[in-house]
Parts: sequence; C-alpha cells; structure tokens
Amino acid sequence: MLPFKPILLWTDMLVLLLIAAVIAFVVRARQHEHLRAPWRKVARSTGGMIAAPVLLAFLAIGFLDSLHFQRGTPPEKGQTDMRYGPDVLSVLDILVEHLRIHQERSFSAPFATHAHSRETITRPDGSQVRDFPRLRHGGSHLVDPETDRAADIGRRLLRAVGISAVLGVLVSVAVVGTYARRRGLSFDGALGAMRDGDVDLPIGPMLVSTLLLITTFTMLFALSGVYHVFGTDKVGQDVFYLTLKSIRTALVIGTATTLVMLPFAVTLGMLAGYFRGRVDDAIQYLYTTLSSIPDVLLIAAAVLMMQVYMDTHPEIFDSVTRRADFRLTFLCIILGVTSWTGLCRLLRGETLKLREQEYVLAAQAFGVSHFRILLRHILPNVFHLVIITTVLKFSGLVLAEAVLSYVGVGVDPAMNSFGTMINSARLEMAREPIVWWSLAAAFAFMLLLVLSANLFADAVRDAFDPRIRPVRRGPRVKRSGVAPARRAAEAA
Amino acid sequence: MLRYIIRRILYAIPILIGVNLITFFLFFIVNTPDDMARMQLGVKRVTPEAIERWKAERGYDRPVAWNAAEQGMAKLTNTIFFDHSVRLFAFDFGAAESDGRDIGHEISTRMWPSLAIALPVFVVGLLAYVSFALLLVFFRATALDTAGVVMCVIAMSISGMFYIIGGQYVVSKLWNLVPISGFGDGLSAWRFLVLPVVVGLAHGLGESGRWYRTIFLEEINRDYVRTARAKGLRESRVLFRHVLRNGLIPILTGVVVAIPSLFIGSLVTESFFGIPGLGSYTIEAINSQDFAVVRSMVFLGSLLYIIGLILTDISYTLADPRIRFD
Amino acid sequence: MSTPILSLSGVRTTVRGADGDLHPVDGVSFDIAAGETFALLGESGSGKSLTALSILRLLPDGVDVTAGSIHLDGTDLLALPEQAMRDVRGRRIAMIFQEPGTSLDPVMTVGDQIREVLDRHLGLRGAAADGRALELLDAVGIPDPRRRLDEFPFQLSGGMKQRVMIAGALAGEPALLVADEPTTALDVTIQAQVLELLRDLQKRLGMAMLLITHDLGIVAGMAHRVGVMYAGQLVELAPAERFFAAPDHPYSRKLFESLPTRPTAAGRLSVIRGSVPPLGQVGKGCRFADRCDDVLPGCRDADVPMKALEPGHAIRCILDSRALAPAVVSAPADAAVKVASPLLDIQDLRIHFPIRKGLFRRTVGHVRAVDGVSLAIPAGRTLALVGESGCGKTTVGKGIVRLLPLATGRIMMDGVDLAKLDGRALRDRRRDFQIIFQDPFASLDPRMRVSEILEEGMTALRPDLDAVQRMEAVDALLTSVGLATESKGRYPHEFSGGQRQRLAIARALAVEPKLIVCDEPTSALDVSVQAQILNLLRDLQERLGLAYLFISHNISVVRYLAHEVAVMYLGRIVERGPTELVLRHPAHPYTEALLSAVPALHGIDARDPIRLEGDLPSPAAPPAGCHFHPRCPRATDACKREYPGATTVGPSHLVHCLHPAH
Repeated sequence: MLPFKPILLWTDMLVLLLIAAVIAFVVRARQHEHLRAPWRKVARSTGGMIAAPVLLAFLAIGFLDSLHFQRGTPPEKGQTDMRYGPDVLSVLDILVEHLRIHQERSFSAPFATHAHSRETITRPDGSQVRDFPRLRHGGSHLVDPETDRAADIGRRLLRAVGISAVLGVLVSVAVVGTYARRRGLSFDGALGAMRDGDVDLPIGPMLVSTLLLITTFTMLFALSGVYHVFGTDKVGQDVFYLTLKSIRTALVIGTATTLVMLPFAVTLGMLAGYFRGRVDDAIQYLYTTLSSIPDVLLIAAAVLMMQVYMDTHPEIFDSVTRRADFRLTFLCIILGVTSWTGLCRLLRGETLKLREQEYVLAAQAFGVSHFRILLRHILPNVFHLVIITTVLKFSGLVLAEAVLSYVGVGVDPAMNSFGTMINSARLEMAREPIVWWSLAAAFAFMLLLVLSANLFADAVRDAFDPRIRPVRRGPRVKRSGVAPARRAAEAA
Repeated sequence: MLRYIIRRILYAIPILIGVNLITFFLFFIVNTPDDMARMQLGVKRVTPEAIERWKAERGYDRPVAWNAAEQGMAKLTNTIFFDHSVRLFAFDFGAAESDGRDIGHEISTRMWPSLAIALPVFVVGLLAYVSFALLLVFFRATALDTAGVVMCVIAMSISGMFYIIGGQYVVSKLWNLVPISGFGDGLSAWRFLVLPVVVGLAHGLGESGRWYRTIFLEEINRDYVRTARAKGLRESRVLFRHVLRNGLIPILTGVVVAIPSLFIGSLVTESFFGIPGLGSYTIEAINSQDFAVVRSMVFLGSLLYIIGLILTDISYTLADPRIRFD
Repeated sequence: MSTPILSLSGVRTTVRGADGDLHPVDGVSFDIAAGETFALLGESGSGKSLTALSILRLLPDGVDVTAGSIHLDGTDLLALPEQAMRDVRGRRIAMIFQEPGTSLDPVMTVGDQIREVLDRHLGLRGAAADGRALELLDAVGIPDPRRRLDEFPFQLSGGMKQRVMIAGALAGEPALLVADEPTTALDVTIQAQVLELLRDLQKRLGMAMLLITHDLGIVAGMAHRVGVMYAGQLVELAPAERFFAAPDHPYSRKLFESLPTRPTAAGRLSVIRGSVPPLGQVGKGCRFADRCDDVLPGCRDADVPMKALEPGHAIRCILDSRALAPAVVSAPADAAVKVASPLLDIQDLRIHFPIRKGLFRRTVGHVRAVDGVSLAIPAGRTLALVGESGCGKTTVGKGIVRLLPLATGRIMMDGVDLAKLDGRALRDRRRDFQIIFQDPFASLDPRMRVSEILEEGMTALRPDLDAVQRMEAVDALLTSVGLATESKGRYPHEFSGGQRQRLAIARALAVEPKLIVCDEPTSALDVSVQAQILNLLRDLQERLGLAYLFISHNISVVRYLAHEVAVMYLGRIVERGPTELVLRHPAHPYTEALLSAVPALHGIDARDPIRLEGDLPSPAAPPAGCHFHPRCPRATDACKREYPGATTVGPSHLVHCLHPAH
C-alpha cells in the first residue's frame, strides 16, 4: 500500500493537459523544419535566453507544486484501509517542509530572531515584562543572537557561495560541452569561440543568468533553514514559503486560461474568416457583445455568481483546498471567456487574407473539402499568431490575477497568490515600524516572473512574426535612409 | 457620413441587447433570487419567511419574464426581466440592494471624481507617451533607444498596485507632500488628485510608450518616408510631418474607444486613494455583494464601451482621408 | 562625351550579416553626362536599385557604402556631412520609385507634398508655391490640376500617382533624376504615357536621368547609354545604339535571346540556365561563368576587369568581342487555323460581384467583372486572354475553374456544362481542369513539403492511387518539370521563383488535367527565367496534349505561346482571332493602342504610337454604348449609343467595333 494517495485537482488536470500539449507540439516540431526554425531563432536571442532559465526555474517550482497527494497513516490493528490525513500536500510542500512547519506567532522581519512587536513575556521567575520575544524558529539555534547572528549568516552565505560555485562549474561545463559537441568543436575550441564572440547562441548571457539564479536560490535555501529570509506574516507563516506557493497560482492563471480560450478563439476565428457571410456575422456579433462588457465587471459578476453557488451548495466542496481549487479553475475559465475575443478577431482577419491566397485557391481547385483546407492550409499558417498571443498574454494574466484578487473577485482568500499577498500586506503598511517584507517579496518575485516572461515573449514574437524585424543601424553612424532590413535583403 | 454614423448606432442596439441578456442570465438564471437571498441573509440560519421578505422588498418575488397573473402589458412589465433589465435602457437602475439608495443618483454624483482622475491621465498620458515614443524613434538603434525600451519592459512588468503603494509610501508618507488618500470638495480636491494622476501616468508609460514606438517604427519603414527623405527633408520634419501624422491614425483610433469609459474610473486606483468615484462604488458593491449595483455598472460599462466603438469609427473617418472621402 | 555630371567609381555596398559581409553592389563605376539618359539594366537581385540608393545615400539600415566614390559635379557625395547631403537630395538629385501607390504620403494632399519641396529647396511659400505647384502638375499632364492639388493620393489612379511623384521630383529643378523602375507597377498603356512624359521632360529641361529597369524595351525607347548589371557588377557599358545592334557580353546576348520575341528555329526560347547566384555564393572569377555557354577554363581563375572595346564601350569578359549571330525570328509554331471541335466552349459567361451599401448592406448594384464572355479552346491548343489590370481576365480564369460563383453562362467541356455542376459532381470533374497562378511565392503553402504539395491533388481527386503510387507519381512529376526528385522533402522557401513556378505546374499536372488555366504565370519572373517556364509549358503541351487558357498582359509572351488571342476590355472581349492576325493586323482601336504601347527593341520610336487618353473606367459603372468610346480616337456618336456586335474581319477573326481598322 502506498503511504500516500495521489490527488488530482482540477487545475492539476489543466496543468497535465498543458504539458501533454507541449510534448505533442515538441514531437511534431522535431519533424517539421518550419515549426523548429522560429524556435531556433528564439534560442539565438539574448533576451529570450536570459529569461529562459528563470522561467524554467519557475516552471519547475510550479510543476512540483502541482503534484498533489494526501499523506496516509498505516491502518490500525483490525482495519485494512489506510487512513489519509485531511491536508492536500504537494511535492513542493515536502521539499520545503521546514518552511511550512516553522510557523511563528505573528510578524517578524527578515532574518529576525525576535518578534516584530512587543508581547507580555513571563520570565522564568514568574515576573512579566513587555518585550520582543524570541522567535520559535527564526535564529533559534543562536545562543546570543545579537553577537552571533552576523557571523552565522556570513558563514552560511559563504557555504552557499561555495556550493553554488561547484554547481555553477558543473552546469557551465555541461552547457559548453554540449554546445561544443553540437558544433563539432573541442571544449577549448568552444571556449575560444565564445571568447571571440563567434557563437550563434547567446551562451554567455544564458550562463550568467543561470549562475545568478543558482546562487540566489542556494543562498535562500541555505539561510531559510534557520531564518525566515523574507520574514513572517500576520499569522506567523514564512513569507518565503508563501511566495513559493504563489508561483503555481500565477503560472496556472497565466497558462491554463490560454488553454481554455484557445479552442474557442481558433475555431471561431477561422470559421468566421473562412466562410464569411452569415457565419462571420454571427461570430462577430458574439465577440463584439462579449468584449463590450468591461473585463473586470464581467469577471466580477461571474465570480460573484459562482460565490453564491458555492455558498449555497457547500456539500459539493468538501475541503478548503478543493474549494480554492474550484475557484481558481473557474477564474481561469472566466478569464478565458473574456480574453478569447482578441485572438479570435486577429485570426479572423488573418484567415480572411489567407483564404484569398493562391495556395488555398489551388486546393479548392482540387475540390479539397473546406474542413481539410482549414486544417491543412489555414491552421498551420495562423499558428504562429496563436503562439505569439499565448506567450504575450501570459504576463498580462499574471498581473491581472493580482488586481482581481485585490478587487475581491480573484482567487480564494485561502489560496496563496501574489494578489492575496499584496492584498493582506497592504493593510499592514500603516503599522509602525512598517511591515514591508511581504510586499517586497511579492514585488521581487512577480517582477522576476513577469519580466522574464515579457523578455521571452518579445523573443518569441520577433522570431515568429515575419513582419517585425529588429531595427539595426550600420556601424558607421550615418543618418541615411531607413527602410526595412527586409527590403535590403530583397534588393540585395 | 451621417448615414454611416446612424448605421453604426443602429448596429450597436443588438449588441446592447445581447449584453443585457448575458447579464440577466448571469444574475437571475445561474442563481435564483432564492439563492441570493439565502446568501445575503446568511446561509445557515435563514427562514423561508425571511427569504420571501427579502425578495418582496426588492421585487424579486415576481415571475422571471411572463407574469400570467397580470392583465395586458403588465404581463410583460410586472416581471423581474422588465424591471431589472429592460428598464436599464431608460437609465432606470433602481435601488441598491444593500442600502436601498437610488443607483442612478449615486452614479451621476460619483462619476465626476472618477473623471477628475481619468481625464488628466488620459490626455496628459497621450501627449507624454507619444512624445516619448517619438523621442525613442528619433534616436532609434542608439543606446538611448535601447535604454528606453528596457525601461519600458521593466516598467510594464511591475503590477500597477506597486506603483500606487510605492507612490503613497514615498510621496505621502516619506515626503509628506500630499495626503495618502481621501477627497475634498471643489477646487480643494486637487491635493488628493495629484498623486493618483501621477501614479496613473507612470503606470501607463511602459506599455503605451513601447506600443507607440512600435507603431512609429512601422511607419518609418514605409515607402513614403523614403520619398520624404529623397526630397531632402530634415529628419525632424520627416518625423513630425509624415511619420507622426500617419502613426497617429492607429494610435488615436486605438485610444478613442476608452474615452467614454473614463467616467467609470479605475477600480484599483480609486479604492487605494479613497476617491468616491464609480470605481470605488463598484468595489464596495462587489465586497458587499450588492448585485443591483454590479448589474448596473456592467450595463453602464458596456454602454460606454459601445459608445466608444462608435466614436472610434467616427474618429477613423475624421483622421484618415482614405475613409473620409470613400 | 561632355564632362560627366555624376561619376561613380568603384562603388561597393556592404551588408553586415551574421555569416560575414555581403556586397550587393561590388565595384560599380559609370558616368552620366548632363542631359543624358543612362539606363541601368539588370534582373532582380543584380544590385541596380541599391546602386541608385547609394547615390542619394538613402540605403536601408544595415547597408552601407564601404568603398569607392560618388561625385556630383566634382563634389564627393560620400564625404558630405548629412546636412549638406540633404541640400543635394531633392534639389540636385531627385528620385522617383517603383510603387507610386505606397511612395506618396497617404494622409497628405498632393499639393502639400509638392509644396514641401518648393519650401525646402526654393523657399517658395504661399501663393508663389501654389502657382508653381499648379504649373508642375500641369507640366506632368495632370488634367484639372487645381482640383488635384487638394486631393489625397488614394483619389488618384496609379498612373496619376506616378505623375505626382514626378512633379514632386521636378519641383526642386534637379540636375539629375533617378527613376527606379518607374513604370513596373503600371499597365502597359499607362506605362507608355509615363515614359513619354519622362522622355519629353528630360528633353525640355535638359536633365540627366538615371533609369533603372529590367525591361530591354524600355531601355531601347529611352536610353542614350546602357549599363548592364549582373550579381552586383557592371558587365557591359555601351552606347544604346551599339548595344541594341550587337551586345557583346555573353550575359547581355543571352538576355536578348531569351526574349519571347526571338525564338530559335526549333520554336524554343534560348534560356540562361540556372538563376542569379545568391549574394553569399559569388566565388572568384567571372560571376556569370556558371551560367555561361562560352565558359572557358580561365573564367573562374581571377576577377575579371572591365575591358574597353572602343571608347565608351566596355565589357567584363575575358573573351574577345564576337558578332552576335542574327536572331532567328521564326513564325510562331503553327499559324494555320485548324477547325477542331473545342475542348472547352464558353458561352456568355458572366461573373458579377455585388456592391453592398446602406443600413442593411443591401445589394445596390453589381461590378460586372465579367460581362458576357464567349470563348472556345480546342484540345492541345493555347488561347491567350490579353488585357490590362482590372479588365476581368483573371476573373474569367477563376470562373472557368469554378473558384468563383458564376452569374450566368455555359462552360461546356466534353459535353458537360461545368457551370451547372456542384458538390460531388463538380469535384469529380475537377481532374480535367486546373489552374496555375501568377505569384510563385503565394501559390505554394509555405508550411508544406514539396511531396505534400504535389500529393494534395492526387489524394483529393485520384483516390485510386495508393501511397506508393503517389510517391512514384511525385518523382515522375518532378522530373517532368525539370526538378531533382530529391527536392520532394524540401519546403517551398528553399526554391527560387522559377523553381517554384515549376512546382506549381507540377502540382497542376498531378491530376492529369486536359486544360490548364495559366494566370500570368511568368509575370513575376525575370526574363531569363521566364524563358525557361515558357519552354516548359510548350514542351508539356506537345507531350501531353494540354490545352492552355493563357492569361497575360505581356504581348510578346502571348505571341510566342498562343495559337489564338482574345483581347478583353472592361469585362468583355473586344477582339478575338488567330494570334498572328490579331497581333499583326489589330482591328479594334483598343488592341491597336495596347500593341503600340509595348516598348519595342528597335531604338527610340520607330513607330508612331497611339496614346490612349485617361484611365480605365470602373467596371461598376461602365460607359454606355461601346465601353471604350470615351478613350477611343475613332469614336463617333453611334459608339455612345449601343454596344457593337461582332464583326468578322478575317478568318476566325472577330471584333466588336463599329469602326474596325480594315
């Protein structure tokens, strides 16, 4: 018998579906040069390759946090069934278990050894004083925090730097070695090529970004065992833990929403553009009407209605986790409903153009069915727009989650997310001394995630959109005429 | 031209009806008034009588769309659908569920503070972002351009709420220049408006600045710009007379749609700064689960957006001679 | 020769690419004297446009002049600061571009765009500028110039836009006008108008002109001297008369031979094998060596310098000059009119597009794109459909293969009326008729491999074939259009324009049709590649007995390939008959004008051309009576009343005109 019971939440299913879709796409892309070529271009862009390791790290955390299970205890005598605890945990929870269980009583600043506010402490001799009490976990190993703390942190940081140096060397050797093999160079040859700038991939920037990432995370984890590196919140939870848990929520919102909306947008957009006439009129009416309702208000209305449903049917949602998860799924769906119209309009326009293309006419001249033409000629030729929209939408959705949660129509208050973190931290701004660390943590991680998503999205758009070419000016500074580089290539 | 506008307006009617039907469906079909009453009164301890009373007070005890008990037109008019959906078309929003105040009156007083923030942000923002984008385009492919774009990307990666929190903390709390939040009467309100406007402008810079830059760069690659250069025109003149004019067409028509919605204001900004506008009105309604107000705001928001669409079409015909004379 | 006004010496442009530097223009030197027209002739990719842009220093981003010098009246343009260069642009050197449609600012009035130059260079403002702008519009032959001043470019036709461009270029009274393919985007009758205008202005103003073109006919009609460019280098520099009498460089000669007007005795066109080498692939030695019939072992050893043959005449070739073998102008393969029962017989075909207006998008009228066309094509023969853009010839082609809904008409093929078929029945018949399109870049799905493209028709229309048979068929098709069978795994973008057109032909052949509608299949191709495709089409016809409906605006191509010709104007056929008869003795005044507008190779104006007034009217509201009467030099009052019926003017030669030429 397994000591645990796997749990598949709704959003977990969306995540798995998404992973399956990505794998299917990768398999297909490996066989088709035209699908692979733009990704190679992404791999050559410096911005995209700086962002990629960061995004991968976030994705890994999000993935680990999507493998849910319930812990079991062996059956007691006379019983055969395992008994499972009420908590739904994820693999990530196990990996950072110390963060989850090191709970304080209330606020404490980053690296603090004492609480943020005075409490009445009963001394061993029975007298009571109001003072800052020691934290239960933060720095509890120190005998005299005031004198030992700096040295202790320094020692741990030094060790972390050592570990990340080793890791960094290993990673660098692996990356450069792989690259050398692919180009048929010796290891030294590859290093030399990198030094001379004679590389077709921005390996240098990518390595720098990876090494920074490794160092940061090693340091955070080295210190988080005995300190609260980002402090604790009102109920004493470790803010670093909350931040890590928020990553999955952001990723699910950013990706699953697109997954929900894609089938509608792609099907309806292509149908409207291809068949025109009444089909087009109907689909246009549908999306104009839906997009007329301001997004926030439509989401608010829908979420409120769902709230009523959940409140009046409490029997369906047996645990807090399931309840929060249902709400997250619903949020993805309703965000999908409000955001499919843009892509649909875009695809409609593109299909209108494509249906007049001569290769479509040639297929029609062969009597190829409309369905087949849509599948074989239109879809592959609008697919780049789907990819561009997907990656461009991601960061917007992550930001939207924060706003919606603030407005009160976002994720369930019990769910960890950047929005709920900001929302609860905002109320503590007025405190003296100010409680800033929750906000700072949410700010830093959100910025890191959204910024790298934006950088990556830019790289993807540049690679996939045939119309946009980066502007480049010749080395001789000369205000000569400017026409697209494309025209230069054509004229050349 | 007039015929065109009339056609656009007529075309808006079925869309508005569609919006109305969607909201009606959301608010009265997905959950019954009974559900809402139960929720408002507390799920656990609620008596059937209390539910009935709650419904009767708000007129939700009538049939949904067809009142067989009534005579003549009242069969249609004395229904939930007529009272709470059709009447919206006459701007008869009814009373709020939570405090019973007239929603129409609230809207007409609360839209001015919203406008007082949204309008300056819109106008100053448009001018500032266009100038900023033109500056980047003028120095395109130089370090200044690159720095500008990097700044834009970073700026647009920061959640709007951090701009507000940061602004409040630095300007109000550290420097004590203006109050953190609140609102005043008449001209004294300016002290409360400065910070929200500045924060709003800063928030929009990244995204708009970059978008406009892309538009101008697209224009600068067109053939007519090469012609202008071949005439010996100065780069500044090429930018201002040719590129700006052509680039403004997509920009103007892209932002015109937002003009009517300025009345609605921003939910987050108003709530953070305690501005008594329509945005904070909506947030309060959401938090107190006042469906009548949310419903009214959905209708109003859609109406203003549709007006924006019509204005967009009109502005297109004004801005682009190719359409004006067609 | 007088002192040159413009002098290029060793000009080289550089594109910095990821794979090293490329030189689209590589050591170009020539002079232009005041009042002289110098033509730079070359196929696409030869570097002629970049040469022109280097002179104005208007090169695109990433391209720079990295060697050589450009002197204008003794001033080194490359050394000028940008500010001084701006005083040169538009004042000393003006330029007009290929696409008048996109080269004018769409949101600025015509007047403002001209006044802009007057203000910048001559300091003219206000009434003085208005007056001068009016004079300029008048000088370029724009009717009603006062009204046009306040109009926007989109309100003008293509020819008018190019005239406005020219007026803007003349505004600064330049000493040199650079005209980059000024008529390529225009119809042939409009091209004739614009070329005449340029010639006339140049003579009157004594301006020097650098004319960039790919069209030998235009060079013949315009230039005093010619420079031929190939792969970034000048290969021949000669006075026009000398050049047209006997070009010396093998490439120049080949260019002449591949013109469809000069088929060899066997009825085939001489072709230049292969295509222009891509930029990155020019090796040492003569760049033409790989395609040259007279290549010698020494050709690839070292770079070949220009060699003067006589004053003002030089070639870049190690061979000595040889006299050009006289071109054999044979009669088209078969001029006799055979009476065979037609494979395709079209009666009164009409295709209308609704014009929707008003509140509910009601249909208020129709564009009669095709308005009663009757045609017949016998099996194994070619009928050419000729006309200018907008005349409805492409619509006829798409209508016949049932890609557009037909209003009325019969399309009889093998005793079946295709116009009446639909659904399954139509699908089954689609094997018999196929179409190939103009643009080789738009007609192949960029996301499909060659084998998938060729298989598509077979999968749809030849369900009897299994996968193995289809693959065999693909190999056979590729071979028959002259492509290697290995190319079936590749994607369209890996092929050149000519190769893509071969693929499009192979795709149509895959279902073994009896009739192929060829919609301008060579108009997007360079002349040397065009000859390859024309030869291929002719070979296939002989081998497979195909019938072609050949849609084209290029008279010389039609003369080479077609057995019969039908001339279209505003949705109707105005003249129809055997090719020789129609082209030699046109009866309809429109045909006459069309033919005389084609630039001829025989020097400047051997004939007296018929210039048409005005532009093509809109097919939504065609003129009453004979559609052509407002532009017709022979029109009488009777022409305004009714559309003329068919008159027989020769064997199988019909014309719709009250006053035919004979």
